[in-house]
Amino acid sequence: MSTGTTKLDVVVSDVVPVNELVTRFHFRRRDGELLPTFSGGAHVVVEMRDGDRTRLNPYSLMGSPLDTREYTISVRRDDVGRGGSLFMHRSVKAGLEMVISYPVNLFSLDLRAKKHLMLAGGIGITPFMAQTAQLAGEGGNFELHYTCRTASLGTYADLLRERYDRRIRLYHDDLDERIELDRLLSTQPLGTHLYVCGPAGMINWVRDRAASLGWPPEAVHFEHFAAPQPGLPFDVTLAVSGKTIRVGEQQSLLEAIEAAGVDPPYLCRGGVCGQCETNVISYDGKFIHNDHWLSEEDHRSGWKIMPCVSRFEGKSLVLER
Amino acid sequence: MAAKSIISRPVYGTLSPQPGKHHLFIADAEGALAISDMAARAPAGFFEGAEIVYIPDPGGKHVAALEALKPAQFHQAPSFASLLPRLKQTLSNAHMGLRLYLAGTEGLIGQAMQVALEAGIDHTSMQTEHRGSLARRMQCVHCKGITENVTTQPAICAHCGLLLLVRDHYSRRLAAFQGVCINAEDRSEMPPIEEAFP
Repeated sequence: MSTGTTKLDVVVSDVVPVNELVTRFHFRRRDGELLPTFSGGAHVVVEMRDGDRTRLNPYSLMGSPLDTREYTISVRRDDVGRGGSLFMHRSVKAGLEMVISYPVNLFSLDLRAKKHLMLAGGIGITPFMAQTAQLAGEGGNFELHYTCRTASLGTYADLLRERYDRRIRLYHDDLDERIELDRLLSTQPLGTHLYVCGPAGMINWVRDRAASLGWPPEAVHFEHFAAPQPGLPFDVTLAVSGKTIRVGEQQSLLEAIEAAGVDPPYLCRGGVCGQCETNVISYDGKFIHNDHWLSEEDHRSGWKIMPCVSRFEGKSLVLER
Repeated sequence: MAAKSIISRPVYGTLSPQPGKHHLFIADAEGALAISDMAARAPAGFFEGAEIVYIPDPGGKHVAALEALKPAQFHQAPSFASLLPRLKQTLSNAHMGLRLYLAGTEGLIGQAMQVALEAGIDHTSMQTEHRGSLARRMQCVHCKGITENVTTQPAICAHCGLLLLVRDHYSRRLAAFQGVCINAEDRSEMPPIEEAFP
């Protein structure tokens, strides 16, 4: 059993279309009990049994942490992705029995903060749904700046405005509305913590500006919504289990290892938590590192790989698995 | 430089210029030398956004050297207690982007850090450099009194008079090392008192 991936047997209690791209899924425990407590920013890994293929995709819990009768996630349909979101949209209906992991939080609030400044882009809004609910319940000081492509794709924007009024600022790309980031970051009271979730470009931009403007890294929190990138198929030898496997074009290395019956530890499946870090025994070729966990030095060394998001191109790769 | 021991014993670094526009330095005595050394590595114009608050030794050594760095503001204080209201005011009006640099004795670093923690700065976000005396600020765990400038091991509590073992166990919340009675079983037992924190 992988760390933190104890399973929950759930049933889909509701499926709610939110807009043309996003659908919300509600889960309850099959035994009718309460679900485990979680904190804002936590995610669960949803097991998708799609024929002979199993996908394990992480999704942020977006319901209030104060209500554990059900868990809710929102899934944005990605027509050119690896198929997980399409499976959720097409095949998951109310009444379906599914298996999800216990919640894990790699994007938690720092409750010592005097103020929480949240920046969301697109579907990156989901962890903030839970975090704002948690903070509002405790009388916490927060403000949320939410960038979306158009008003109709501003998932939950209306709900957030209704709940929190002027603590929510909306920016619409189609109206050319942009966050004045430098001004925003320069006018926050001491003790503010910054949280950003959205596309990689947005996260990099915000982290870069925050660092330049003197924000210490301890006060800057971010969560990448990075699905594993597809790529050319490649072969891998697993030295410990004595298996040779092929990683398919749409498959991650971690998924290929699991499909071969080997059960490495994992938590986030997005290259940030470090759980699936794997030693390289030998290689002849080039690594395509896509993680945010290993240091640049680790990436250059050729000694380690994060199989959840990173790939390989070349003649041979032998891993300590 | 203080020796490493248990995990709660603070470890200090070397001041290094951080990104940002506002830099607040708090230093006492030989802590001024840490600022001067760092200034040699700082980018041009760094001190135009800097404020230095300095508690000099009697005699005012190093004051001229700090003034020569031409910080935007330079403020001298006779003691930590006397600069406290100003420090609290500065921090309560400050914005994110302010970076804090603490240099000098452990007592000064610890007490400034205590105020900065309350203002919401993470202790790992502060630059610290220990210079000068190893004298400790000690809390008696029995009467809770704080004794400043403890240089001996064991040390006498200035409040309740117990003979205390000065532990490496440090409290950031109290900005003090913990002192525990060394002869609680038999008060007539008197271990020798030696200079341990010169």
